[in-house]
Amino acid sequence: MLVLLGIAVVVLGFAMRANPLLVIAVATLVTGLAAGLEPLAVVAAFGKAFNDNRYVSLVFLVVPVIGLLERYGLQERARMLIARLRAATPGRLLLAYLALRQAFASVGLTAIGGQAQMVRPLIAPMAEAAGERMAGGLDETTRARIRAYAASADNVGAFFGEDIFVAVSSILLIKGFLEQSGVIVQPLDLSLWAIPTALLALIIHGARLLLLDRRIRAARRSDPPQ
Amino acid sequence: MITLEQVYVFAGLVFAGVAVLSARDLSNLRRFGNAAFWGLFAASFLFGSHLTNAENGFLALALAILGGFRFLGAGRGHEAAVSGRFASAERHGNWLFMPALVVPATALFGSLVLKTMIVGGAPLIDPKQATVISLALGVAIAWIAATVWIRPRAVVALDEGRRLMDAIGWAAVLPQMLASLGAVFALAGVGKAVGTLATAYIPLESPLAAVCAYCLGMALFTAIMGNAFAAFPVMTAAIGLPLIVHKFGGSPAIMSAIGMLCGFCGTLTTPMAANFNIVPAALLELPDRNAVIKAQLPTAFLLLLCNTILMYLLVFRFGAHR
Repeated sequence: MLVLLGIAVVVLGFAMRANPLLVIAVATLVTGLAAGLEPLAVVAAFGKAFNDNRYVSLVFLVVPVIGLLERYGLQERARMLIARLRAATPGRLLLAYLALRQAFASVGLTAIGGQAQMVRPLIAPMAEAAGERMAGGLDETTRARIRAYAASADNVGAFFGEDIFVAVSSILLIKGFLEQSGVIVQPLDLSLWAIPTALLALIIHGARLLLLDRRIRAARRSDPPQ
Repeated sequence: MITLEQVYVFAGLVFAGVAVLSARDLSNLRRFGNAAFWGLFAASFLFGSHLTNAENGFLALALAILGGFRFLGAGRGHEAAVSGRFASAERHGNWLFMPALVVPATALFGSLVLKTMIVGGAPLIDPKQATVISLALGVAIAWIAATVWIRPRAVVALDEGRRLMDAIGWAAVLPQMLASLGAVFALAGVGKAVGTLATAYIPLESPLAAVCAYCLGMALFTAIMGNAFAAFPVMTAAIGLPLIVHKFGGSPAIMSAIGMLCGFCGTLTTPMAANFNIVPAALLELPDRNAVIKAQLPTAFLLLLCNTILMYLLVFRFGAHR
């Protein structure tokens, strides 16, 4: 039970708004020591895991290319494109992205989309531009809110789409784990029963994205930016 | 065969470039902190496979200390004036989107086609790592294409990369650090301890109570660990299989499918899932680190409620176990 101290460190650390990197370092040390490891063995275990998980950070490889294109007007171009679409509002635009992201993920194409590749250079500026046109200008709070919702559309779409695809890692994990426990399930059954939740996710988050338009208009009315 | 190791060398060289440009960035008061941070990050990619576990551990700790004690600053970019970018956007037109779209297109092509291609008796890319390798390939192609087409000065891409990486700062290593913490948790048996605790103190006399405990437990434990994959085996072994399936005769397929999605609701709510929630806030330069989580919270709670109801309605009715 002592090993649970590590979790307590994490929860406390985040509650106290300490720097997450330090929280992780302390939680690692506490957990390892509580499990009866030597301090050096804890560092080694952490080092091995850190090295094995380098692929997690590879997503930042895309950053220089995005930076280069932004230097030459990528975000501005995304705004121009949206400025021509009369019907585009932030809510409708993000709803369309949510639905597309979910549809692609549900057939195994999670590679289409992503925060660094799609949201930062394209989706967020487009949603902002649609907001500017709809409300005739945005204050900083609203601008930040639109960006945060753009990121949320990417996450919700990916999470609640990918489980419909039979060969995704979460389904393979479920199948493998149940098999070890002597229960056989078919991957197709698992993906089938992910569909009701996927539809609910689209309805719930989609509705909230459309409500975002109202909030933007209301914010504009109560506090017109200069 | 292209393996992960070659991709790591590519990444190492890119971040080494970022480190050198950081050291020369006079607009950043803490430029040597940034240079040390990205230099160590680069070293991890370049040499990590040849270091001992303990050496890698000290490298990770050094990154945590540099990032955690505010050794990093942010330089001003040589961001071209807005009018310049505007003119460039007019001049280059919608072609500007092409390199940006090459990255996901290559990732897609890679995971569908390259993955199965065999050249000279060996697979072209390591099939187990097809997605990340194709991502790196896409970046390389887009980088070369954009350079040939726009003809910027040689360091522009790296320098813009440095500007964006400065904006992201220490949050860039957070996902990798959290994954490592997860591994130490697993090594120490944290999951088992939570499972024992959950079953010992929660009365689960009825099917409804078991379903509620399982769904809530998946979401909560995922929020703590930052990863539904860590929560699933623990909660399913502790509550799911013994109670919902074996005692009350529920369907294991329905339970697992919806249970995993309860975990994903938890992922939407937690800073521990840094690559989904914290890194995007940094990427989008949001003043509030938790802004993305706040945008997702109502969806997560409503969806968790729906999932719990769905599971209760479906799990004992369809394809029940025995």
